Amino acid sequence: MIAYISRRIAAMFVILFGSSFLIYNAAAYAGDPTEGLRSSTNPQVHQKLIALIRELHLNVPPPARYFIWLKGIGKVFTGHIDLGLTRDHSPVSTAISNAIPITIRLILLSFILAVIFGLGIGIVSALRQYSRFDYAMTFFAFLMYSLPIFWVAVLLKEYLAISFNNFLLNGKIAPLWILSASAVSGFFWAAVISGSRKRVFSIFGFATAATALFLTYLSLSKWFTHPGLGPIMMFILGLGFAVAVTYLSTGIGNKAALRSSVTVVVIGLVLYFPVEYFLKRYANLLTILIMALITVAIATGVPYYFTKIDRRPVIRTSIITSIFVGILFIIDKLMKTWVPYINTDAIHQRPIPTISEANSLLPSGNFWFSSLDTVVHLVLPTIALILITMAGYVRYSRGTMLEVMNQDYIRTARAKGLSERTVIMRHAFRNTLIPITTILVVDFASIMSGAIITENVFAWHGMGTLFNQAVHNQDLNLLMGVFLFTASLVILANLAADLLYSALDPRIRVVGKK
Amino acid sequence: MASLFKRRSKLVEVDPESDIFNKETEGLSQGQIVMKRFFRHRGALISMVVLFTLIVFVFSALGFKVFGVGYGGWWKYKITDLPTLRTEGCSIELPGCPTLSLIPGKHFGLGDHPFGQDDLGRDYFSLVMRGAERSIEVMVVIGLVAGFLGIVVGAIAGFYRGTRDAALMRLVDFIITIPVIVLGSVLGYHFGSKGVLFLALFLGLVTWGGLSRLVRGDFLTLREREFVDAARVAGASNRRIIFKHILPNAIGVIIVNVTLLMSGAILLEAALSYLGFGVVPPDVSLGLLISQYQDSFTTRPWLFWYPGLIIIIVALSVNFIGDGLRDAFDPRQRRRISRKDRAAERQTAVKK
Repeated sequence: MIAYISRRIAAMFVILFGSSFLIYNAAAYAGDPTEGLRSSTNPQVHQKLIALIRELHLNVPPPARYFIWLKGIGKVFTGHIDLGLTRDHSPVSTAISNAIPITIRLILLSFILAVIFGLGIGIVSALRQYSRFDYAMTFFAFLMYSLPIFWVAVLLKEYLAISFNNFLLNGKIAPLWILSASAVSGFFWAAVISGSRKRVFSIFGFATAATALFLTYLSLSKWFTHPGLGPIMMFILGLGFAVAVTYLSTGIGNKAALRSSVTVVVIGLVLYFPVEYFLKRYANLLTILIMALITVAIATGVPYYFTKIDRRPVIRTSIITSIFVGILFIIDKLMKTWVPYINTDAIHQRPIPTISEANSLLPSGNFWFSSLDTVVHLVLPTIALILITMAGYVRYSRGTMLEVMNQDYIRTARAKGLSERTVIMRHAFRNTLIPITTILVVDFASIMSGAIITENVFAWHGMGTLFNQAVHNQDLNLLMGVFLFTASLVILANLAADLLYSALDPRIRVVGKK
Repeated sequence: MASLFKRRSKLVEVDPESDIFNKETEGLSQGQIVMKRFFRHRGALISMVVLFTLIVFVFSALGFKVFGVGYGGWWKYKITDLPTLRTEGCSIELPGCPTLSLIPGKHFGLGDHPFGQDDLGRDYFSLVMRGAERSIEVMVVIGLVAGFLGIVVGAIAGFYRGTRDAALMRLVDFIITIPVIVLGSVLGYHFGSKGVLFLALFLGLVTWGGLSRLVRGDFLTLREREFVDAARVAGASNRRIIFKHILPNAIGVIIVNVTLLMSGAILLEAALSYLGFGVVPPDVSLGLLISQYQDSFTTRPWLFWYPGLIIIIVALSVNFIGDGLRDAFDPRQRRRISRKDRAAERQTAVKK
C-alpha cells in the first residue's frame, strides 16, 4: 500500500512538472508583461522597462525562465516554498493563503447542500422511474445543467436579494404568493409520495392546505421581520426529525432507536435555556466545536440505557438526531441576532447583499453578528452554486441507483423477505454511495478551481479572483501559484478517490496481488 | 412516507424473451433500432426540431459568405448599423424597447426591433443573432476538434495498449489536471482576438481528455471480444479491425459523449467571454453580450434576457439530444412497458 501511494505521489510530481511547464510557456509566450509600460508616456519609461526586464528575467526565453521559477518551488523540500512575488511586489504565497479560506467558505456549504439534495432527488426519482416526478426532475436537471451561472447570478441578485429586501420592509406575503407556493408544495409532495389516484389527491390537498396555513401564520405573526424558533417550535421540529431519521436509519419498528433519538431531542430541549445563555456569552468557533463534541458524546451515551444488543444502528440514529438538534440551536441563535443585525447602520434594513464576502462596515467583535453576516453573504452564491452543481448529482445518483436496483443481491434481499425499506436503505443506498463518494472527492477539488466565475460575479476575493487578476495583469508568478495549488488539489483528490474506492468496495484492489 | 419505498416499477419482472421485446428488435438493423428508440424519446425529438429550427433561423438572419458565395440574410439591420432609438410605444425614459409580440393582434410578429435596442440604438436582434452564430460555431468546432482528438487518442491507446497507451494516457493526465477554465482562460485571453474559430480550435485542444479516456476504456474491452479474435484469425489488418469491427461498436459512447462535450462547450465559451477571456469586441458572442449589459438589467431588462435564453435553449436541446442518444444506444435499456403494450400483448395471447 505504501509503495503504491509513494509511486502515485512520485507520478504526481512528474505530472505537475509537465503541466506546469506547459501552462507556464503557454502563458509566457502569449502575454507580454511590458505591454502596459511600452505604451506609457512616462519619460523614465526606458529605465523602468529595464528594471522590469531584470526583475522578471524577461531576457531569458520562457522554457529556461520556467526553471528559474522552478528553483523557488524546489525549496519545498527544505521547507520554504518560494512562489515568487506578484506584480505589486507582495509574496504570492501570502496572497494565496489569504484567498483559500474565502474560497472554501464559498463552496463548502453549497457543496454539502448540493450533495444532499442531489442524492435525495436522484434516488427518489430512481425509485419512481418513469413517473411524473422522475420526468419533472430529469427536465429540471437538464435545465440546471444548461444554465450559465453568471446569468442566473444576475437574476438571483435582482429577484432574490433586491425583491426580498423590499419584501422584508413589511414582511407580509401577498395572498397570490401563498396560493402558488402552496400549490407547488402540494404538487411536489403528491409526486414524491404518490400511490393510487385517491391517495395522490388527498396528499395534494393535505400538503397544499398545510403549506397555506403555515405561510399565512408566518405572514400574520410577522415572523419574517422577527424570525426565531423558540423552544416549542424547536421541540416540534426535533421530534419530527427524530422520527424521520429513525425511520430511514433503522426503521420505526426499532423501539430502542426511536426512544433514544426522542430522548436526545428532549435532553436538548431541557438544556435549552442554559445552552442559550452559554451561546450568548461564550460563543466562538472553539466553544461551539466543544459543545458539538459534548452533544455527540451524549447522543452516543443515551442508547446504552435503552438497549443491550445491536447498539450500533441505534447509536448512529441518535447521533444524526443530535447533530440536527445542534444545528437547530445555531439557527435559533442566528435568528435571534437577526433583528439587531438588520437595524445596524451598516445593514440599514437591507440584509441580503448582492456582492462581496463580508460587510466591512459592521462593528467587529460580536461573534453572532459576524456569523450572521457570513450567512447572509453566502445566500446568493450558495443558491447559484447549488443550482449548477446539483444537476450532475441528480443524474448520476439516479443512474447508479437504477443500476444497483437491478443487481442480483437486491433480488436476493427481496427473496429473503426483507422489508422494502431495508432493501433500499441497507442494500441499495449503501452500494449507490460507493461510486458517488469517489466522484464527490474529485468534484470538490474541481469546484474549488472552478469557482472563478462565481467569485467574479459575486465579487468574492478568493482564488478565482486571484486567477482572474493574474491573467489580466500578465502576472506569471501569481498565475503559476494559483495553478500549482489547484492542480495539486485535483491530483491529490484523484489519488484519494482511488484509495477510497478500494477501501469502500472490497472487489476493487488498487495494489496488485502479492 | 411509508409508501416512499413501495415498489412501483415492475420493469424487472417482465420476461425479456416475451413477445414485446422480440417484436421490438424483429428484423431491424442496429441503426434502425437506434433510430426507432431515439424517436420515441419525446424530449430528444422536440429538442432536435427546436435546435434545427433555431440554427436555420439564426444563420439565415444575418446572412453568411462561404467561398465567395454570399447570402445577404433576411434581417434589415447589420450589427454595425446605428438606427435611431425607437420611442413610440416605449416609456419616455427608456427608448428602444423590444417590439416582439406573441399576442395575436395589431402588433403581432417581430416588428422593427424584436429584441429592442441598446443605449446607442444598435439593433439588439442582429447582435443576438450574430452572438448565437458565434456560439454555435464555437460549439461545433470544439465538438469536431475535441471529438476527433479524443477518438483518435483513445482508440490508439485502447487498441495498441503497452507503451503507446502509457504515453498517451500520461498526456491525458497532464491535460485533465489543468482545470479547463484555467487553461481556456490563458489561451482565450491571448488568442481570442485572433478570431472565434481560432479560439474554438484552442479550446478544442484542451477539452478532449475525458472523451479519450472513455473511448480507450471501450476499446480495451471490445478488443478482447470474440468477434475481434474471429476477424484477426480471418486475416484482417489492424486498420480494418479498428474501423470495421471496433469503432461501430463504440460509436454509441462516442456520439453521446461528443454531444455532452458540445453542450459543455457552449457554456465554456460563454463563461470565458463573460470573464473577458474569450471573444473580444467588435465581434459579438452571447457571453460577451451578457457581460456587457448585465448592469442595465434594472433599466433595460431585454438586453439581458435574450442572450441568456438563447444559450439555455441551445444547451438544453443539445443535452436532451444527448440523453435521447444515450437511451437509444444503450443495449441494456429496455423500453417502458406501457398500458397499451400490455393490452396488445394480452390480445395476441388470447388469439393464440
